[in-house]
Amino acid sequence: MIHSTGHRILIARRATQLTILLLFWLGAHRHLDVLTGNLSASHVFRTIPLSDPFAVLQILATGHLVAGSVLLGAAIVLACYFLIGGRAFCAWVCPVNPLADLAAWLRRRFGISGQWNVSRHTRYGVLLLALVVSAITGVAAFECLSPIGMIHRELIFGPGLGLLAIAGIVMLDVYVLKRGWCGSLCPLGAFYALVGRRSPLRVGFDAGRCDHCGDCVVVCPERQVIDFKAMAASGSIDSGECTRCNRCLEVCPRDAYQPTLRFVRGAAKHPEEGEHHATQSAA
Amino acid sequence: MTGSFRSRNVALAATGALAWTHVVDSSRGSGESLRPPGALPERDFLASCIKCGQCVEACPFETLKLATAEEQRATGVPYFEPRKTPCYMCEDAPCIGACPTDALTPETSIEDARMGLAVLLDQENCLAFQGLRCEVCYRACPLMGKAISLDMRPQERTGKHAFFLPVVDSSYCTGCGKCESACIIQEAAIKVLPLDVAKGELGEHYRFGWTEEARISRDFQAPRKAPDVPAWGEQGLRKVLESMNDLSGIEEP
Repeated sequence: MIHSTGHRILIARRATQLTILLLFWLGAHRHLDVLTGNLSASHVFRTIPLSDPFAVLQILATGHLVAGSVLLGAAIVLACYFLIGGRAFCAWVCPVNPLADLAAWLRRRFGISGQWNVSRHTRYGVLLLALVVSAITGVAAFECLSPIGMIHRELIFGPGLGLLAIAGIVMLDVYVLKRGWCGSLCPLGAFYALVGRRSPLRVGFDAGRCDHCGDCVVVCPERQVIDFKAMAASGSIDSGECTRCNRCLEVCPRDAYQPTLRFVRGAAKHPEEGEHHATQSAA
Repeated sequence: MTGSFRSRNVALAATGALAWTHVVDSSRGSGESLRPPGALPERDFLASCIKCGQCVEACPFETLKLATAEEQRATGVPYFEPRKTPCYMCEDAPCIGACPTDALTPETSIEDARMGLAVLLDQENCLAFQGLRCEVCYRACPLMGKAISLDMRPQERTGKHAFFLPVVDSSYCTGCGKCESACIIQEAAIKVLPLDVAKGELGEHYRFGWTEEARISRDFQAPRKAPDVPAWGEQGLRKVLESMNDLSGIEEP
């Protein structure tokens, strides 16, 4: 039985996801100007542009020189996710995340085990393909099929059959591939994993507190990012694939995980280095 | 990484690229959607539009819609159906201002917009062609008298009335669709079509003599009036040639 210290961060994530969706909906239907547009491109208070840098990259790949506020918007979004780090978009903003979590819950609840195994690196291949196909066809290739885009747009601008993508993703994740869409296939997640790789803000890890109970590994949607040896050495989760969902932080009975800034961690490096050496000499 | 693993991945990627390319190509839609004012030519528009819907939100008349997945149109891209809601041609064109990617060309004056072209498709049902005085499309046109004018023709059936036939001028029509929306018969007789569907193309080699007269050199100028029918013989032939062309400078005096 996994001991959990609380669900505050989970609730905060759901609240953020819902608030963003609601603000977009109000922008479209009630002339509320906080957020207008959608996740592809939007404006905050009709002044600050935001845009999906991966969508912009695909448009650039089609050979169309994107002009206008969308470039500034992409730069702002890139800067934010670089600073926050990892795939914070995936865990805090993307409307597919609750679906993926629902699917994972259904799998646990009904004891459905993995029928398929696809490399977590597949998403980088899909990312590359998206750019290649954009260049070949002259249309932003992922944007015209993206289940994220369809679900999000049709929730905001009015329902259509694109909402079937909800069922598609849940079915895929439940019956075919565990955490299939978000964990292995989604090129947008791959893109943000690359953007957030070297970010200063990370989930810090104190190897001294860890008693290797493994609860964090059980709850983590991207288990490959929890590499105890590497984390003991650096003092944090360093993979860009970490979604910053902070489940590990909430579940850890010994508070081994804490948010951390890289340069602060650098200052407190000494004891961790000792730990690292100890681990190595033990091995 | 073993060789077979790598080649399997390459094969997978190639198959994926082919399938994906096919799906993207067929997702362009039928090409018969009307786009917001200032939209780039269809291919460029589909590439540049980021599907954010900000033009849709900016439209005060709820004219613009984003295509949903089940429609036979490029998904997520804005379009409008004038029979349902036409474009009201706002002076400040807020849709154009809202576009973050310039897929709607900024600073397009709304009267220069070419969303499509109104075409009187069905003369058999258009009331004006039955000799009735309808004129609704003409009066609904925001550029009345320019984009749609009335052509008066004698009405032979009664012998004492006139036809008032609506005629569209493509040098003014913006394709706003007010005419299509206003047409009073059950299915509109006048419809806005995308420009490339509506327009023919003359081709480079055609010249209309009566519009090009000034540009034709003197030697080949057409006679101002038809030559008299000549008496046959050398004199007659010469007369014809003289009347058709100015022979001085070509022939020795």
